[in-house]
Amino acid sequence: MLVPTPARTAPAGTGSHGFAAAFGGPGLVVADDAAAAGGRQPAGRRFTGQGWLRLISPVVAVGLWQAASSTGLLPASKLGSPASIVHTAYNLIVADSPTYGTLQSSLLVSCERWAMGFAAGVVAGVFLGVISGLSRAGETILDPIMQALRSVPLLGLIPLFIVWFGIGELPKVLFVTLAATFLMYIETFAGIRNVDRKLAEVGHVLGLRRSEMLRHIVLPGALPQVLTGLRLSLVASLLALVVGEQINASAGLGFMITQAEQFLQTSVIMVALIVYAILGLLADALVRLLERKALVWRRGFVE
Amino acid sequence: MAPRLRGIKEISSERAPAPPQAHAVPSGVAASLRGVTRSFGFRKVLGGLDLDIAAGEFVALIGRSGSGKSTLLRALAGLDQEVTGSIAAPGPVSVAFQEPRLVPWKRVLANVALGLRAADPVSVARTALREVGLAERESAWPLTLSGGEAQRASLARALVREPRLLLLDEPFSALDALTRITIHRLVLSLWERHRPAVLLVTHDVDEALALADRVLVLGDGRIAHQAPITLPRPRDRDHPALSALRLRLLTELGVPADSTQLTPVTFRSGMPSRIPWAPPRSELRGPTD
Repeated sequence: MLVPTPARTAPAGTGSHGFAAAFGGPGLVVADDAAAAGGRQPAGRRFTGQGWLRLISPVVAVGLWQAASSTGLLPASKLGSPASIVHTAYNLIVADSPTYGTLQSSLLVSCERWAMGFAAGVVAGVFLGVISGLSRAGETILDPIMQALRSVPLLGLIPLFIVWFGIGELPKVLFVTLAATFLMYIETFAGIRNVDRKLAEVGHVLGLRRSEMLRHIVLPGALPQVLTGLRLSLVASLLALVVGEQINASAGLGFMITQAEQFLQTSVIMVALIVYAILGLLADALVRLLERKALVWRRGFVE
Repeated sequence: MAPRLRGIKEISSERAPAPPQAHAVPSGVAASLRGVTRSFGFRKVLGGLDLDIAAGEFVALIGRSGSGKSTLLRALAGLDQEVTGSIAAPGPVSVAFQEPRLVPWKRVLANVALGLRAADPVSVARTALREVGLAERESAWPLTLSGGEAQRASLARALVREPRLLLLDEPFSALDALTRITIHRLVLSLWERHRPAVLLVTHDVDEALALADRVLVLGDGRIAHQAPITLPRPRDRDHPALSALRLRLLTELGVPADSTQLTPVTFRSGMPSRIPWAPPRSELRGPTD
């Protein structure tokens, strides 16, 4: 028998903006563990076991697109055909073409920005969230600032960032950092505050010291929501990366896009966008894996 | 462990010195309360309650829902900072709650060993689990336990601390009838072996009659009535002395004598009667409910 989970699930509205949802890919296979790990019911759940049915409509759509391109209905200057996109991707990767290695090197630069910015944002967000979550004083001082800053639209900051930090790597990385920080802060703070009071009472009755209370009750109790924050901020920081990279970049996927734009190479733009989407899906899958390991107690069965 | 006096204001801090308002407790007393008062808003739930529990005594506390049973238990457990008066509970105090309240991200064994200050907490915890018959489930996650298993684990966690006072907050009320009987027996055998003083809060008169040395009725914020029971255990619930006492206790609880043939009687908790024409018997439930 399963006792109702006392652990927190993410508040409504914070979940399931996975990349599957955002990019409309065959969004499916990855959604399967969300219910067990995050307590949410993904929309695709009912189709478990006949997932291939869900491949029909995307395949048909790509087929129609290809047909439209081949018949000239869709001019190549507006949008390249799927076949040409695959060809472009091949040329961007493989050694015997003039654009050899462009995709790899761009991807590397972008991933580096993303990783640095994201890591800094997670550290900052969790740190501030823990301070706010654990102390009233911290909440009183930090929370109003964080809430106020959070409501500033990130895109609006771009001009200021250029004025402040120039057009080098720093504004791009910081942009990614900011996007991750606020979400991590909010989820960490809420995660700590939502830890079951009844379990805190148990800790009290068992005579736990403050440090033990943190280690055994509060932080593990906040973990599910912190991991939710991790997924949300991965998505948000990737979006920040996409936008931030197109400002005066001289390398990276964003640079690839702006270059291609000048030469009307829509296929290259599409390749970059697809790579972004794949990045998002991979990152999401990674966090899901992390959730599965860290929250094994929720799944009910010993690993 | 040295006995320590715990006063209301300092109850949350182990290092705090004995506060002045904790009164002197005679030896052989596991818990002593004087003038304990607690109000929620304008409603006074406990009003100058006095109570002594002898070492090793099994006391059951019954009362209508909202009478302050759980409030009293929480005060004794040190979970209520707003209570006034003097509470002394020397020595380790353990609690088993109504919901087992196992920490879901710790396996059963780690739950029992949590906060245990022993040289080898794990082996002590393992022994406790064996005692409640849960040895083979020590590495299970709490969410996979049945209600009875979870309550056993909770009992093991409470007992492993060798408490001088064991507080049981309706720990059997969510169990099915058969499991409840098993756990009753388990509690009695554990009590006989370890001899902590026990305060069992319950809404079930029959449970109190089956287990306790002394039954207390909480009413108007004080101990309104108390009855010692000297019958040896296990007790036959149809024993004439128990039947007479059952009637008496039900009367004390405000259940009119003419409605008491509806035994066994349990009181619905948490929901006050809103029907103006319904007498207190509206809180009665039949045996099949």
